[in-house]
Amino acid sequence: MSGASIAGGENAALGLYHKAGSIKRERRWALIGAYIALAVFVVFFMFPPFHMLITSLKSSAEIADLQGNPWIVRSPTLENYRDLLTNGNYVLHFRNSVIVTIAVVAITMVISTLAAFALARMRFWGSAALATGVFLTYLVPETLLFIPLFQIIGGMGLYNNLLAMILIYPTLTVPFCTWIMIGYFASIPKELDEAALIDGANHFQMLWKIFIPVALPGILAATIFAFTVSWAQFLYPMAFLVSSENMVLTVGIVSDLIRGDTFQWGKIMAGALMAAAPPLLVYAFLMDYYIAGLTAGATKG
Amino acid sequence: MAQVSIRNVVKAYEGGVQAVKGIDLEIADHEFVVLVGPSGCGKSTTLRMVAGLEEITSGEIAIGGTVVNDIPPRDRDIAMVFQNYALYPHMSVFENMAFGLTLRKFPKDEIKRRVDNAARILDITPLLERKPKALSGGQRQRVAMGRAIVRDPKVFLFDEPLSNLDAKLRVQMRTEIKKVHQTVKTTTVYVTHDQVEAMTLADRVVVMNHGIIEQVGPPQELYHRPATRFVAGFIGSPAMNFIPARVENGSGALRLNLPNGIVLPVPADRTARYGAAAGKEMIFGIRPEHLTEPKNLDRDNIATFELTPEVIEPMGMETLVHLWLQGAEVCSRIDPTTPAEPGRPMQVAADLNHMHLIDPQSGRVL
Amino acid sequence: MADGNVVTAPGVPAAVAPPRTGTLQKIARRKSTLAFVMTLPLLVVIGGLVAYPFFYALYLSMLNKRMTRFIGLENYTFLLSRETFQGVIWQSVLFAVGAVIAKALIGFILAHVLHALPAKGQRKWRGMLLVPWVIPPAISTLAWWWLFDPSYSALNWVITAIGVPPVAWLGEPSWARFSVILVNVWYGAPFFMIMYLAALKSVPDQLYEAAAIDGATGWQKLIHVTVPMMKNIIAITVLFSLIVTFANFDIVRILTNGGPQDKTHIFGTYAFQVGIQSGDLPLGSAVSLFMFPILAIFAVFVLRGVTRRSREMAG
Repeated sequence: MSGASIAGGENAALGLYHKAGSIKRERRWALIGAYIALAVFVVFFMFPPFHMLITSLKSSAEIADLQGNPWIVRSPTLENYRDLLTNGNYVLHFRNSVIVTIAVVAITMVISTLAAFALARMRFWGSAALATGVFLTYLVPETLLFIPLFQIIGGMGLYNNLLAMILIYPTLTVPFCTWIMIGYFASIPKELDEAALIDGANHFQMLWKIFIPVALPGILAATIFAFTVSWAQFLYPMAFLVSSENMVLTVGIVSDLIRGDTFQWGKIMAGALMAAAPPLLVYAFLMDYYIAGLTAGATKG
Repeated sequence: MAQVSIRNVVKAYEGGVQAVKGIDLEIADHEFVVLVGPSGCGKSTTLRMVAGLEEITSGEIAIGGTVVNDIPPRDRDIAMVFQNYALYPHMSVFENMAFGLTLRKFPKDEIKRRVDNAARILDITPLLERKPKALSGGQRQRVAMGRAIVRDPKVFLFDEPLSNLDAKLRVQMRTEIKKVHQTVKTTTVYVTHDQVEAMTLADRVVVMNHGIIEQVGPPQELYHRPATRFVAGFIGSPAMNFIPARVENGSGALRLNLPNGIVLPVPADRTARYGAAAGKEMIFGIRPEHLTEPKNLDRDNIATFELTPEVIEPMGMETLVHLWLQGAEVCSRIDPTTPAEPGRPMQVAADLNHMHLIDPQSGRVL
Repeated sequence: MADGNVVTAPGVPAAVAPPRTGTLQKIARRKSTLAFVMTLPLLVVIGGLVAYPFFYALYLSMLNKRMTRFIGLENYTFLLSRETFQGVIWQSVLFAVGAVIAKALIGFILAHVLHALPAKGQRKWRGMLLVPWVIPPAISTLAWWWLFDPSYSALNWVITAIGVPPVAWLGEPSWARFSVILVNVWYGAPFFMIMYLAALKSVPDQLYEAAAIDGATGWQKLIHVTVPMMKNIIAITVLFSLIVTFANFDIVRILTNGGPQDKTHIFGTYAFQVGIQSGDLPLGSAVSLFMFPILAIFAVFVLRGVTRRSREMAG
């Protein structure tokens, strides 16, 4: 490198100037390339929800019309939405989803906050192994457990019962939430507990007055995770809920709007869109916590 | 009445590592005691045992006459200031300072009175509504002290409170701490690794090393009459020079044979004290300020000899000269007007009235 | 707490040294009891609803269909001998590996593209690119199902408009296999993107500056700085995604339910069909337990990666 600059002595000033120009140009092209790539992927990522929205605004007649362009809506109508909200079980399904989700989030946060505090701060026999076990449990997928759980739930008489969902969903949320909360709690400096100890706090005061407020971002992230998982769960309700009035949204939409060969696509899409709205809204307003919650498992120790 | 007594206290961790190996220390009421030593010497562990944050393996600690071995921190009536301040980030300055009182169910107006008073002492009244995040390092330090003051405890414990501050602020806060102590007069145990902090703050300094107490005493005493080689080397900057020396008995007077063939006469008043060392290899210790350019030659017990400077460090009010003496680097403090240059031999004068003789086997200063 | 009475009044010296089983030790013991009580609900969830069902599944998989007789490993050998099940194994691997490779590549490209953008616009683009990952897959797959509809496919409308013959997205086995992977990639690529983006942001700028001064080109910077710095997070993300994709259920169940001719079944959907729909719980258990060895191996590697990473971040 130094050799080149010595050799190009007399042209150095000119060369430098030239170089600066080419760096600028290179940057600009790179940026244009970036925007093109982004546009392509945004189209790829956004067209299914977009199509969902378009379809939901169409009447059955317009959907059935093969001549028309499926990507635009000629005479938009809110018929599908109105129908869903007034007739049938959609509102019931929505309510069931809300009940299950709220219950599961509450249970999850209580269990995992207590456990994470104990595991992060109150070393006891087997606590390190348990923390590892918690992480491994998180990696156990529901497809591995739903058949024995089918038997167990049946044995408890909870088959086709929303309570079964509230009982089982925590297996999907608690391990991960505990794991990320251990991470957040562990990052609180030890001196803070010691200061609280000297100030006269007992363990519950320490958890309630120090740890929870300080780790609030982590708690919010974990809450969002628990919410997302509960709201999106499909396999367990598919396997354990049979009658429409007990179903949650993920299974209810399909079961009610498909009768044999008749698909009411307009209403299915309207229902799907409304079902996707809560997580999308949470995401829109709390994007950073949302991302933190769902990525923390792999990046945080 | 809040004296602190540490009696034969041992701290052993699992696996048998002893951090504190049986120390005794009596701290009087209103006294400001500084524990100083290199990292890992056991000073912080000792402080944390007084606080109740570490269990005492054996021995006992008493605060105000009550043995506190089995009393949890909150019931020991102590307050502690941490190195990283440990302020509760979600609470305002007021809430931080009030937290301990709130937990102890003090009435609201009493809490307010105490916090306002502490804030006035520390000059942080305008900051009371701020969160710790919005404070500078020095301000956080004041709040941490405020949290201790409002509690009006029997004992203040400071764990390296100034280590996270920059040099200038550290000097300023040092003065501040001393001022606060003069105001509230609470018994204070202060841990630091910085000997300057120890010297400037303490009524008495406790020098620790490897889990034992090397020496306890007022700063001047530690400086002028160190008990061990460790204390002699640890207190004072630049450190005391240690030069190998052979003690010889020649016709009633003792002589020190140094490298380079330098021979120094031991002051007559020390003959009795060093008599037993005759014929042995010892270590001759002398502080840089007692190894200067030749001056005061009319006084007794000044010996001059020639050495060659290696490095010259002008400090402004003085100049440090590093001289090379076979096997030992020797530092001398000279007047900045004295000419000195690397490689050119110069005369240095040792003031043997301030010499120390150390037994290399026991490490004791004779 | 009740220890308050131990505190003697100030100034009154303690008469006798307290016995060695002092209050602090009692507190310590009580502390670990308390810690145990606080973790108890977690233990109940893990033990009762994860560990117990798992071992119960092992037992269940060794019973006959009516669960009246212990038949050892017969269910497993029966499954292995069946061509359909061999197809399920093959399809599960294809589905997981194919989807994960595509997700990882797209995620890597998008992360780089986003990272190159000026900070101000990044948030907006990132927000849009993450949408597929936010919609519950059981919901978004409905949109894809509609897009793949044999008679009304909006996708076919687009490709016939540019002169390509329409595709039987879910009707023809190899297209159906492609379609389920496509939807999984659509759903999962944003996760890779966000993980890689976080990793990219954590590479210190000075490293790139040092590499630039050492004369590295853009490509060399990628190979010698970016990839080594991201190695661990790439490995964790890939392994984690392999587990999740391998154990997928929603997408295949909704789009094809295993069809046509069982060609798109993966372990989860096949276990559901055999165990729940055909009512052979033991055989269904055996199907899903076939996933276990593979998942266990991946899980161990993920755990290793995560602990190594947290150690790196701590050190």
